Amino acid sequence: MLIVEAIILSVIAASTPLLLAAAGELVVERSGVLNLGVEGMMIMGAACGFAGAYLSGSTFVGALCGIAAGVALAFVFAVLTLGLAVNQVAAGLALTILGTGLSGLIGAGFVGQKIVPAPHLYIPWLSDIPVAGKILFAQDGFVYFSVLLVVGIWWFLYRTRGGLILRAVGDSHTSAHALGYPVLKIRLLAVLFGGGCAGLAGAFLPLAYTPFFIPGMTAGRGWIALALVVFSSWLPGRLVAGAYLFGAVTILQLHAQALGLGIPSQLMTALPYLATVIVLVIISRARGSAGSVAPASLGTVFVPDR
Amino acid sequence: MPLVLEKRAERSAFIAIASPLLAIALTLLTMSILLLALGKNPLAALYVYFVEPLTDPYTLMEIAVKASPIVMIAIGLSLCYLANVWNIGAEGQFLMGAVTGSYLAVVTNGSDVGHWLVIVMLILGAIGGALWALIPAICRVRFGANEILTSLMLVYVADLIMDYLVRGPWRDPKGLNFPTTAAFDPSATVPVILDGGRLHAGVIITLAVVVIAAVLLGRTIKGFEIRVVGAAPRAARFAGFKSDRLVIFTFLISGALAGLAGIIEVAGPVGVLQPGISPGYGFTAIIVAFLGRLNPLGILIAGLFLALTFIGGEGAQISMKIPLDLTKVFQGVLLFYVLACDSLILYRIRLIGSQQKTA
Repeated sequence: MLIVEAIILSVIAASTPLLLAAAGELVVERSGVLNLGVEGMMIMGAACGFAGAYLSGSTFVGALCGIAAGVALAFVFAVLTLGLAVNQVAAGLALTILGTGLSGLIGAGFVGQKIVPAPHLYIPWLSDIPVAGKILFAQDGFVYFSVLLVVGIWWFLYRTRGGLILRAVGDSHTSAHALGYPVLKIRLLAVLFGGGCAGLAGAFLPLAYTPFFIPGMTAGRGWIALALVVFSSWLPGRLVAGAYLFGAVTILQLHAQALGLGIPSQLMTALPYLATVIVLVIISRARGSAGSVAPASLGTVFVPDR
Repeated sequence: MPLVLEKRAERSAFIAIASPLLAIALTLLTMSILLLALGKNPLAALYVYFVEPLTDPYTLMEIAVKASPIVMIAIGLSLCYLANVWNIGAEGQFLMGAVTGSYLAVVTNGSDVGHWLVIVMLILGAIGGALWALIPAICRVRFGANEILTSLMLVYVADLIMDYLVRGPWRDPKGLNFPTTAAFDPSATVPVILDGGRLHAGVIITLAVVVIAAVLLGRTIKGFEIRVVGAAPRAARFAGFKSDRLVIFTFLISGALAGLAGIIEVAGPVGVLQPGISPGYGFTAIIVAFLGRLNPLGILIAGLFLALTFIGGEGAQISMKIPLDLTKVFQGVLLFYVLACDSLILYRIRLIGSQQKTA
């Protein structure tokens, strides 16, 4: 296998969990809710996804368990922030702490176990094309799904009535409420959807990326996914570009280390985090303030008056 | 929806007092169910968690040692959160404080320079934490970048900087390649104040910080400014309070306190700079800040309580083989219940019948 091909394949694998989690969070934030618990939902998705796949012997069942775990945590978040009008930042942090702890408890019995990694799906004759065939048409199901998911989200947000209502709720919940739209119900659905995506993103890690589970294996990917949503200015198209850019940085630092360039490995590992800060500064400055592109109601509590 | 929130005409004073107790009761109930699911006797486990540590003078001192950094960080964070400034990177500021303060201990190692050294180290640590916190503050004020994300990303960077130093330039030459600096000299160590334990002078500094914060918030213009900017930004603008300056101020103070906590931890109970000096103090402090209602005295009590769960969790791991992760679950669940119960101070839950629904 060519080295370039190997690098591109590993970039795709590194980018997919970021893309899945960020795509879900994009929908959540478009509805006006800021869920900082992505990391917690991801790690729960990883633990439950692995447990499901190990016990059933099926990657598909594992992925469903991961999604279910993410949705369950997201529901707790929704009860607090939507039902009880709790501060979203605090509730999101609580979700991450809870998810980290719970995933450790659930995953403890599975540490050191191995499963068969998700099978790669070879699309007939297209996957036989040299280089490009391997890269584009011989991936595992998660990769195809992540691309379909973003296309679907774009179509939903910009081409359907439901998407228009969701964006309206995110931009002005009072106006949407006055027009008679069920603000809290729409946000509930968005939050649950985001939880499912984060759970699936987490499940990808032990099911396809490495065929085993380690506690804390998400290693901050949930936080990078959150940064990616800001990085993309809440646009699905840019989200894909951003996720692959970040995936590429992660992989290239590994290769740079292997080449022995004499740069401390810690500096290379810090690159994605530093890049996030720098990108945040650049996009915020370019627009004067992040507020002008962000959904206007993002992170604010809504209590309908009757 | 049959259940709806309704804003109360005024804050409920009764629930303001009852809410933390209700939250703790609900948490204990949830934990009991979880312990049963793990196949442990909940009563025995809760006794090991919450009562046993209080029965022995050594573990009592350990609780104070554990609570000290958490309370100090949480005090700083409470100033930020009161002003609606979301610094969640205190863990990174803690580590950078530990690193900058340790610099002197590393370069003077082996040459006894006198007891002023540790004082200078503490000051350097506070400065290091404050400067690290200044980065997200400036990103927010100058460029409008969201401080939640920037402050958090810098946690990972701080961790890697420390990792680089203790594996590279600062590594103990006699340390058999372990990633750690040489043990600090006595002159670079925060002194122990009670024999037979690890209770150190840093605990007194923490208590002083609690008192100063209470005075600052309750009795000074600055404290008033912090509360007004957070609670009513528009009114604050009319009053001439500059919110940008306050972002910088609260970040600097919270960063300095986190950094001070970091260097005290390294120069006190730990005694060397090495990876893993913080079991997530910076994040636990966020819980403590909320659990303590962003009030200095409340934070002190909440910090001691959370420290109790850490010490109790260690005890439960040893004597009952209960996984340490349960402590994290406990903290997450507790924060959830506290937030939920606090919501009842401002709102009441009303059951609406079908008649009202059509109205």
